[in-house]
Amino acid sequence: MTGSGRPPSPADLAAGSEEAEAFLRRTWSTPSGFLAALSTVDHKIIGRRYVATAFVFLILGGVLALVMRIQLAFPETRFISADRYNQIFTVHGSNMMFLFAVPVMEAMAVYLVPLMVGTRNIAFPRLNAFSYWIYLAGGLLLWISLALDTAPDVGWFSYVPLAGPQYGVGKRADLWAQMITFTEVSALAVAVEIVVTVFKLRAPGMSLDRIPVFVWSMLVTAFLVILAMPAIMFASSSLILDRLVGTQFYNPAEGGDVLLWQHLFWFFGHPEVYIIFLPAVGIVSAIISTFTQRPVFGYMPLVLAMIATGILSFGLWVHHMFVAGLPRLGSSFFTASSMAIAIPAGTQIFCWLATLWDGRPVFKTPLLFVIGFLITFVIGGLTGVMVASVPLDSQVHDTYFVVAHFHYVLIGGSVFPLIGAIYYWFPKMTGRMMSERSGRWAFGLIFTGFHLTFFPMHILGLQGMPRRVYTYPPELPWAGLNLFVSLSAFILAGGFLVFFIDALRSFRHGPRAGPNPWNASTLEWAVPSPPPPYNFRHIPVVESREPLWMSDETLAVATGLRLDRRELIVSSVTAGEPEAREASPADSIWPFLAAIATGIMLIGSIFSPWAVVWGAAPVAITLTGWFWPKQTREDES
Amino acid sequence: MKERVVADLSKLPLHGLGSASLTFWGTSAFMLIEGMGFALAIVVYFYLMSLAPHWPIEAPAPDLLPGTILTLLLLVSIVPNMLVARWAKQRDLRKVRVGLIVMTLLGASPLIPRAFEFRALHIGWDDDAYGSIIWTMLGLHATHIITDLIDTIVLACLMFSKHGDNARRYGDVEDNALYWNFVVLAWLPLYGCIYWVPRL
Repeated sequence: MTGSGRPPSPADLAAGSEEAEAFLRRTWSTPSGFLAALSTVDHKIIGRRYVATAFVFLILGGVLALVMRIQLAFPETRFISADRYNQIFTVHGSNMMFLFAVPVMEAMAVYLVPLMVGTRNIAFPRLNAFSYWIYLAGGLLLWISLALDTAPDVGWFSYVPLAGPQYGVGKRADLWAQMITFTEVSALAVAVEIVVTVFKLRAPGMSLDRIPVFVWSMLVTAFLVILAMPAIMFASSSLILDRLVGTQFYNPAEGGDVLLWQHLFWFFGHPEVYIIFLPAVGIVSAIISTFTQRPVFGYMPLVLAMIATGILSFGLWVHHMFVAGLPRLGSSFFTASSMAIAIPAGTQIFCWLATLWDGRPVFKTPLLFVIGFLITFVIGGLTGVMVASVPLDSQVHDTYFVVAHFHYVLIGGSVFPLIGAIYYWFPKMTGRMMSERSGRWAFGLIFTGFHLTFFPMHILGLQGMPRRVYTYPPELPWAGLNLFVSLSAFILAGGFLVFFIDALRSFRHGPRAGPNPWNASTLEWAVPSPPPPYNFRHIPVVESREPLWMSDETLAVATGLRLDRRELIVSSVTAGEPEAREASPADSIWPFLAAIATGIMLIGSIFSPWAVVWGAAPVAITLTGWFWPKQTREDES
Repeated sequence: MKERVVADLSKLPLHGLGSASLTFWGTSAFMLIEGMGFALAIVVYFYLMSLAPHWPIEAPAPDLLPGTILTLLLLVSIVPNMLVARWAKQRDLRKVRVGLIVMTLLGASPLIPRAFEFRALHIGWDDDAYGSIIWTMLGLHATHIITDLIDTIVLACLMFSKHGDNARRYGDVEDNALYWNFVVLAWLPLYGCIYWVPRL
């Protein structure tokens, strides 16, 4: 209440009243307590949770990689059994793709996109909360299965007939398929939130040509998720049906086809690479722009290249199947389209090089990781052009050459930028800086360790070492390089250890960060670090593509949003013109309960098809609870 | 950072309708996801058909009657569905309530012929790949009818409650109508695949 006894108004906030700001804070805050933590719908809390969880999965997946490297360090080692090795490489790959790489990029978007577009929360915050819980449940399912020695053992792409009812013993392949459902539901939910947030919640004046490149990258990524992931859901659901109720999708004896699996899987699987890579394009653009203190060169070509990459990514899946005996004409087409994607990738690289060339680069840790990305990703891209060629692919298919190639692309193309992004946005997320000294050590160890680990794998592959073998005889000429690779993997792991220790230490003890420690240009840096629950005191009005560099130390804002309910601005899709005020939902326990009900239904359906029937009732009840309005201010109009 | 006030948003409406509503875009995005699911089912159908020496495999073509009745019911339901959407836009609570009851009945009625459709396929889901894909198509679409029916029932209850006369709820009614149109339109290519392609 104000001194006059009335509640603070938007005018009080505009006049600079601290009481009004405290009132606004109360409106948007998540209360303390365990139940409140399960009920929060604040995109920043959920985003941080998502990022932290994804990094825990990265550590776990990294430990599995080290176990594999210990096993392969010497010929005929008996460190782990063949069966355990099969589980470990399957869980490693599935974990890294489905529980780390995609979720961590979406998690960054969950945290950053609302701030970057100048709004106070993400669209559909309860769906956002649900997506996190269902993702966590899927991750736990996979890792608990590994702990119980019942983990999937059929590779991260779970090819049939190996994963089918005839050869896939027990419930291992079912666990894999259902883990897919969990993570895809989560990914699709976030994709919808991102699309709607970018389309409809942008700050007034943020027209399409003023959207930050990172936001563009997440928008294109979200569309890729929406269009690609139904394919893997269809494929994995059909696999479960084949295994559980005897459908014949993948059984050639009854009119099914094993290649149908590969088509569906890779129709998703290749865009998946770009679902992981495109956010990195946004990250790299943001970091290069900030550390050269100039707008990124070629904004429009960069955006168009991302869109072109997204479209082309759907025309590449068959290059994973060149040795599957498909018609030659098809192979030629997919060779051409695979090579064509180098064009937008090259455009992006040259835009970044031009920005660096024309700016005054300051080589802080985030930019070092970007430089590491440029070098590594270009090498991975070149081997990508090589395996896009049918004759070469026929030689190196399923060898360590391919293992080397995709680690260059995936770690080079996404993990390097991601680590740079953590150093870059850590001050915003936590209010504290990470250590520059530790960052340089982390970069040095990760970059060196990475190349020493994965470059020799190209040679091993050319020497004929196949993927997914748990050991090899001593008479083959692979022992020396394998030992070298295994030792190098520990250098790489050491780099990550430095990074994680630095992050944990800085979280509590790092130097305090101001709102904009790097002098960056986008809107997330206009708010305190970490941002308050309401993000922006007033909704910013965007007048240029680099609002903080053009603002002359002042930010144009709009007033008038109520302080006593969670209000957002809905704007037009193209011009970013304000259309309406919209209430953002209050905290709720129902998304958590809905995730539990959905999880029970999905896990139950591994064992009985009737679980879908009886499990649907609790899901419907929780969703109704979620949907049903309470006597809250969000319901007013 | 200092602030410079350049606009006042207090006069904006408290809820956007149509394309100014967030749920409109959310519903559209989910329709895109589910549309991809239906499209993939159709692609798989034709893929398996291209591999089969004859189609259907080891079964006569499905009986037309239940599927055709269902199709007609769905098509008829579009008219009241669009009327409900119009009444929601006009914020006419009484008509919206009546319309939602009608749509609940019209949402439930296709489930009757749908129950007979499975038997009319003349093949089990586990007999061969042809049976598997057409059972999947029917099952997938039946799930959508049931989901939308439950949504319509909950929405009808809501509109009869004190929460009904509210711009957000009218927006929900419009979005529910949009989704039902999607359920109907998604059925038409499935109907062609299941009932007419085997007769070509």
